[in-house]
Amino acid sequence: MQTEVFEGKLTTRARMRKFGVLLTGPGMLWLIVFLLLPTIFLMVLAFAQRGSYGSINWDFSFENLKRLVGFSSFGWSPDNLLILWRSLKIAVVTTVLCIAFGLPMAFWIANHGKSMRAFLFALIMVPSCTNLVIRTSAWMTLLGPDMFPADIARFFGIIGAGDSLYPGSFAVYIGMVSSMLPFAVLPLYTSVERLDWGIVEASRDLYAGPIRTFYHGILSQMMPGIIASVILTLVPSLGMYVISDLLGGGKYMLIGNLIQQQFGAAMDWPFGAMLGSVLIICSVVSLIIFQRVGGKNFV
Amino acid sequence: MKSFDLQVKNVSKSFGEKAVLKGIDVFIKDGQFVTLLGPSGCGKTTLLRIIAGFEKADAGEVILSGEVISNKSPAHRPINTVFQSYALFPHLNVFNNIAFGLKSHKVPKDEIEKRVNAMMEMVNITDLKNEMPATLSGGQKQRVALARALVNEPDILLLDEPLSALDANLRKKLQVELKEVQKKTDTTFIMVTHDQDEAIAVSDRVLVMYQGAIVQDGTPEDVYEHPVNRFVATFMGECNILESERIADKLAKVAFGELVLEKDPQWAATTEGANAGKCCGGIAIRMEDIHVCTPNESFENNVFDARILERIFRGDYWELIAELPGVGNAESLKLRVMTDPDEIYNPGDNVKLYMEPQYLQVLDD
Repeated sequence: MQTEVFEGKLTTRARMRKFGVLLTGPGMLWLIVFLLLPTIFLMVLAFAQRGSYGSINWDFSFENLKRLVGFSSFGWSPDNLLILWRSLKIAVVTTVLCIAFGLPMAFWIANHGKSMRAFLFALIMVPSCTNLVIRTSAWMTLLGPDMFPADIARFFGIIGAGDSLYPGSFAVYIGMVSSMLPFAVLPLYTSVERLDWGIVEASRDLYAGPIRTFYHGILSQMMPGIIASVILTLVPSLGMYVISDLLGGGKYMLIGNLIQQQFGAAMDWPFGAMLGSVLIICSVVSLIIFQRVGGKNFV
Repeated sequence: MKSFDLQVKNVSKSFGEKAVLKGIDVFIKDGQFVTLLGPSGCGKTTLLRIIAGFEKADAGEVILSGEVISNKSPAHRPINTVFQSYALFPHLNVFNNIAFGLKSHKVPKDEIEKRVNAMMEMVNITDLKNEMPATLSGGQKQRVALARALVNEPDILLLDEPLSALDANLRKKLQVELKEVQKKTDTTFIMVTHDQDEAIAVSDRVLVMYQGAIVQDGTPEDVYEHPVNRFVATFMGECNILESERIADKLAKVAFGELVLEKDPQWAATTEGANAGKCCGGIAIRMEDIHVCTPNESFENNVFDARILERIFRGDYWELIAELPGVGNAESLKLRVMTDPDEIYNPGDNVKLYMEPQYLQVLDD
């Protein structure tokens, strides 16, 4: 194979098309065996039933879907739908915050010299190398009642005398945003690097004010990067439950927690599969909605 | 009928240590097609950007119709720009790109529609109305960029190397169109280019820039036929430069003999070196202005013996390299001569070359 490359046989476009496809074989096989088949299995399993002692009873019905929307032998309860709604809300808010904080960071980094940029990226990426649980535990300590962030918040009257910043929704968002931000910044930075500033100048030249120039001159060009950022933040955020579990003080039950319960303590794999399938569908649908709404004019 | 004129007064600009513009003074009248011509790094684009408002001059003023506009943002100047890379908005179709400036000014919808359509018709892109910029060819993008700037009816239109990204044939075609549009709209065009053919073809007036200063200001004919110095002479096309010394009124000595001139050179006397006390300088003659004599032609003066060294076919003419033997202890000199395609001279031929005094251009340096 290697000699062929050196003889230039694989390097022509036509040959690459013809034989290069073979090289995608292992990757394709991997995806089919470990992603596509399990997903199909999951979606089939979602319509089976829990047997005794956690076994699977291949008795197809819509029972799990009914349970998911809240119907049980005790009547209807909104609990599951609330969990789903809360998961979506946290993921969307986290994504919006990451983009909002990531945009200025991307510009700020791009404004530095080459070596400084590498250093700043290292600063951003290093925390992601730490284990998620350890990082989150650090936030638990830092946001505790005796630490300085709480003192500052108390000084400004944001929280009462005996209160702390953790646990609560504030702590959850802090944890979510800080762990997702690096993944939002990277694609944003790439698109800042590629900006054609001539278009920004053109916008100013054509009498546009700052807001109009930002929208048409900068955002329009960055849209592919923003979409990549949203995908990289929204999808993991939807499934994330460790952070909300730890920083929310157990009060923030998310769909991730619920799924984990089914595959763990409750030993109800079919219901877990139904929840998982719904989560996948939610992710895909929200991305489609985002592309239709946000990307309509751009891509 | 609006009337205005642009005055650039003593404008200087440095980037760090490098002085890019050194006290530029220009006065541009209404309705002219002016070209800033020069090699890359001569400061022409910087001057354009200062007029547009994208750069701030370190010193000096830009005055439009008596009003100082140096401190105004580009958005508040009645000046629009056609950018080198076109800078079309990638997410807007052709119509909305052209309408952008009018929408910024909140012009009523029906008027926008009318003006944009009229402009698209003028530059022949009506059928591209709904296309996105990514699907357009270079020439089409160029037209959209032109329409987008002109639809705002600016006092002055700035063009930053507008045709440099296009292939030669299309460039020539668009040069003609650009000139036509300028006449139709009666707008002042200021164009930056490094292509002297383009400058000569479209302009009413050429400002030749070199190292941050305007070295010559005149009509295209003027600048081509009467270059003031070596830089302009060589930049404006192929040119022979003869090192010469003034020996009498309208008479100069060159390596291959003595040349009768039309105008007495005003060279200052050299103060140092071997030539101290002598008045030395360059004389330019274009290769098309050197005449190869036929056997029965005779001229009073400025006829020199030469030998053809080389012949190069250039399509519509022959370029000859002729060697003129030096007089006294001077070395022989090689000149480039242009002849018609039907006049065949071969390497090794001995010929007589005639240089008419009116074509001998005395340079300042």
